[in-house]
Amino acid sequence: MISIIYPWFRKANDSAVVDLENGEDLSDYEVNFGESGSAHQFSQDKQKSQFSQGEPENAQTHFRENVTAFMWQTGKQQAEKAWSLYGNIDILRPYFDVEPFEVRDRLLHSLIPKRPREGPMTTPGELYGPLMVVFSLIALLLYGMKSSGHTVQDGTLMGTAFAVCFGYWLGGGCFAYFIAYLSNTRMSLLQMLSMMGYALFGHCIVTFLGTVLHTDAHLLFYVLWGVLGGLSALKMVVVLVSRTSGGRQRLIVCACVAALHLLFLLYLHFAYHQIVEELEGLGNHPLMPAREAIPSLPEAVNDAHIKSLDVNQD
Amino acid sequence: MSTSARNADTADFHYEQLDQSIGELDLEGDIMVPGAASSVAAAADDLSDPDTLDEPVLATVVRDLRAVGVKFRHVFYPRRNPALLRDWDLWGPLLLCITLAALLRRDGSDDGGGGGDAHFAEVFVVIWLGAVVVTLNSKLIGGAISFLQSVCVLGYCLLPLTIAAVVCQLVLLLGSSESVGLFATRVIVVAAAFAWSTFASTAFVADSQPPRRKVLACYPIFLFYFVVGWLILSHAR
Repeated sequence: MISIIYPWFRKANDSAVVDLENGEDLSDYEVNFGESGSAHQFSQDKQKSQFSQGEPENAQTHFRENVTAFMWQTGKQQAEKAWSLYGNIDILRPYFDVEPFEVRDRLLHSLIPKRPREGPMTTPGELYGPLMVVFSLIALLLYGMKSSGHTVQDGTLMGTAFAVCFGYWLGGGCFAYFIAYLSNTRMSLLQMLSMMGYALFGHCIVTFLGTVLHTDAHLLFYVLWGVLGGLSALKMVVVLVSRTSGGRQRLIVCACVAALHLLFLLYLHFAYHQIVEELEGLGNHPLMPAREAIPSLPEAVNDAHIKSLDVNQD
Repeated sequence: MSTSARNADTADFHYEQLDQSIGELDLEGDIMVPGAASSVAAAADDLSDPDTLDEPVLATVVRDLRAVGVKFRHVFYPRRNPALLRDWDLWGPLLLCITLAALLRRDGSDDGGGGGDAHFAEVFVVIWLGAVVVTLNSKLIGGAISFLQSVCVLGYCLLPLTIAAVVCQLVLLLGSSESVGLFATRVIVVAAAFAWSTFASTAFVADSQPPRRKVLACYPIFLFYFVVGWLILSHAR
């Protein structure tokens, strides 16, 4: 059996001459990903097999042990290499290198569209601010869902909130980047995600005010939607226009991003926020869970009208 | 011959190097109770101390419970004490997480009538995933804290919220119907516990963060305990 593999041993031995000299050096025993490590191991095995040629059984046992050891060592090296490449969170570290005042400024400026100037406008590319805004939106959405009695049939409130918010930020961001790529916009995916994440700050404010202020909700919401949603959409449009050339391309990418942004806020409000006045009219406490499910937008509005009619008749 | 002997020695040494490299992980600290001689001896050895292996199970459990109790005391009186970080363990967080999840769970038989109460698994996953996310964030900001140390601190600082959950359950049992007064009591209790948990965890974690970025590390902790507090408050059974 050894003779079949012997040529392989011999080939390994060609490069092993140098390795034998380095065998005294302890640094050779550090993890090395190249051929030299395994070749050195095999050179040792060949040394052992040469000395024990008079005892074939011992040679076979040595061979078996050495192959096992070699497999283990190679597997461990491969796993460590893969882990250091993909499992290293230091890959993301540059995107979290921000100061608190930078985050505060970027949050405030996401609602202040700058006047368009010559040349592309600077766009930050970081992930801490957008991630925290998305988590805040999830927390506010959960609070709003609870206070309006939203229930989910198959699933959980937490799962719904996570899926909706991260789905918009990541999925919508990737879709907007795709449209921007087709329109030759000079913007990276990271910058797009960062911009759309910071623009969700306006959504957070609208959701918070809409949950806390139990007034004529629809009118207030429409005003907030127009003002805050419009300002953040305008800010994104100005940035995109400065980074895109060509009238048609600008129109396509700006219309897409603005539509996504504004329609998402509409969806957040109507899918998860019921008119609290009707709940209070039915005798439910605002923060107590209501016993009905709210499946979708038109049905929710219809159900609300039907319920108010029923109450009036009773 | 001498070459083969030397090669054999270096081959054995090679395997020892492998074992040592497995041991060089980022974890530090032992479950140490001040004044316990056996644990001090264990800290001195790299291998497991045979004394603690032969002791009765009750002795081990009592020693570990005492260590958990010491850390609970640190959470009750949060000071800039490095003991919680140095002698980290995950028993306390596990106990608190299971207690919280058991208190907040919804029965599987009630379909849709729970109004959004959480299943046991949901609370469990939220707490552990939330701790992982907060820890990753603090490490990416530039914190000098290890992964499991941070999970340990966040888990132990759930103690006030667990007590608030117990109090809320008692309040719900006492009141037959949910009146505004009882609800206000629950809100106050949970809000106080939330503030206490946030303050305690920031007191422990803030020292390991870069000086100008403490706010960046504390905000996710604030959000995490807010969500846990929301879970407790929304449990209306």
